[in-house]
Amino acid sequence: MAAGRLSSKFTPNKIGEWFQQQAKYLVPPAIALIFLLGIWQILCSGAKPPLPPPTKVWQETQEYIWHPFFDRNYFDVNQKEKIDSPARQALKEKVTIEQGLGVKTMTSLRRVAIGYTASAIVGISLGIAIGTNAFLYRAFDPIFQVLRTIPPLAWLPIAMSAFQGVNESLKSVGLDVTEAAALFVIFVTSIWPILMNTAVGVQQVPQDYRNVSRVLRLSKIDYFITILMPSAAPYIFTGLRIAVGLSWLAIVAAEMLTGGVGIGFFIWDSYNSQKSSELILALFYIGVVGFLLDKLIYYISKFTVQSDS
Amino acid sequence: MQTLDLTDNDQKKNQDPFLVIDGVSKVYQTARGPYTVLEDVNLTVYEGEFICVIGHSGCGKSTLLNMVAGFNRPTAGEICLKSKPILRPGPDRMVVFQNYSLLPWMSAFENVYLAVKQVYTDKSKEEKIAIAKKSLELVGLTEAMHKKPKELSGGMRQRVSIARALSIRPEVLILDEPFGALDVMTREELQEELLAIWRENRVTALMITHEIDEALFLADRIVMMSNGPAAHIAEIIDVPFARPRNRKAIADDPRYYTLRNYILEFLYNRFALADDAE
Repeated sequence: MAAGRLSSKFTPNKIGEWFQQQAKYLVPPAIALIFLLGIWQILCSGAKPPLPPPTKVWQETQEYIWHPFFDRNYFDVNQKEKIDSPARQALKEKVTIEQGLGVKTMTSLRRVAIGYTASAIVGISLGIAIGTNAFLYRAFDPIFQVLRTIPPLAWLPIAMSAFQGVNESLKSVGLDVTEAAALFVIFVTSIWPILMNTAVGVQQVPQDYRNVSRVLRLSKIDYFITILMPSAAPYIFTGLRIAVGLSWLAIVAAEMLTGGVGIGFFIWDSYNSQKSSELILALFYIGVVGFLLDKLIYYISKFTVQSDS
Repeated sequence: MQTLDLTDNDQKKNQDPFLVIDGVSKVYQTARGPYTVLEDVNLTVYEGEFICVIGHSGCGKSTLLNMVAGFNRPTAGEICLKSKPILRPGPDRMVVFQNYSLLPWMSAFENVYLAVKQVYTDKSKEEKIAIAKKSLELVGLTEAMHKKPKELSGGMRQRVSIARALSIRPEVLILDEPFGALDVMTREELQEELLAIWRENRVTALMITHEIDEALFLADRIVMMSNGPAAHIAEIIDVPFARPRNRKAIADDPRYYTLRNYILEFLYNRFALADDAE
């Protein structure tokens, strides 16, 4: 590098080198994917195949593929008066779908965000409470162990009955019964891993660190902040990571049952309308979003948690 | 109680008892009945002394030191520091743990600063930072002070642990096999450093070790414990070598091997693990 010259990390050489390094992680899965798609294509290429082959899926879902964030209910000039620009009007005439899968995914994700945040706050607080207090642990842990085995959808009927009764209060916060029930299902599914992992993390503070805090006579608050929380953090993040996967699972299932909006409902609706290609594309979206959610929590945890020596 | 006396000069120490272990017993209630770990342990430690406790594994050395530190209480008897009974752990009896016990999410400096902050509550922030930095300088870790424990070698971690203990100027420094996990060369280096720092601070030190050579190099007196259960102090040896201790000079001293063999014989014959005299 000559002195006084601007140099960037993104020279063609460097990018090429980076790709070469990543190649061994990118190429094998790509090959495996092509292989599996090939098998699928072969198995489903007869006259009346059980499922549409990849080529047919690609053909029939073109609009969904190219317009993931299209929403017929959105008007770009004036939302209230439902006025569109000419470009958008043309688009609305060209495209036949109601909403792109991206929009539906966002609807489902919004519900996940609310339910998951609530379960994180309650789960971590309760986890700390039962982890630090032996009596509370002995009192509540057996009950939690039983409750956590109840599958998410089994909570749905009781949630709906219960929320039916408080319909008026729900309306005042802008929720309806199905929405509230879906949020509850996410909450009650994802809280258990968070709660239990937090409780274990809090209990597993190594004796060594507890000894240090006793010798230095750390106050309870100092102990909590400087020793307990950092020590329990890896466990808490494990719980959070498991919970985010379960939340996503729960919302898709709940939407299939409750109907209305979201990508879970889209799957059920496509099945009923016999639009298998769209169903398959929706499955693909769900899988990718689940993967990304997991990676998101993983990278947040790497950023905040200092691992042990 | 026999004593082997090879002292040839009177080392006048402060004759007021500083740390007194008086008739201490420790009994644990187990599922199979009461288990006596220690029985009738008596020891008087004077201010500024360096005492090494030696004995077989499981003889209760750690239990005894834990009681001096305040983690446990004796079942019978009393341990008093400057005539006040020891009831709970505290920074006046700082411990250097065998596993270092450094908080891994904090840097070396922050670990030491945590101790300084807890003890020197009336000093300003700059003064506290200076004290922490000085301690780390004493153990030779000025460049590495902002590294996390996982980035440090075992020897460096133990140095941080020692720095943390000494930064708060405890009355008694308790070391539980501090160099047990280190290789011989690092061990010998750290022994020299520990002595240098001890000389400067003159803190009273109580150390458990398995290494006879280490005890002979570091200690003023060596306390030899019998085997468990119901262990007690079998013998106390005065170490006659002049201070500052010079490893080569000690090795050339004929008394060194007499003492060493005496202790070896104590550990492996009179109180061997396979002893069937009791």
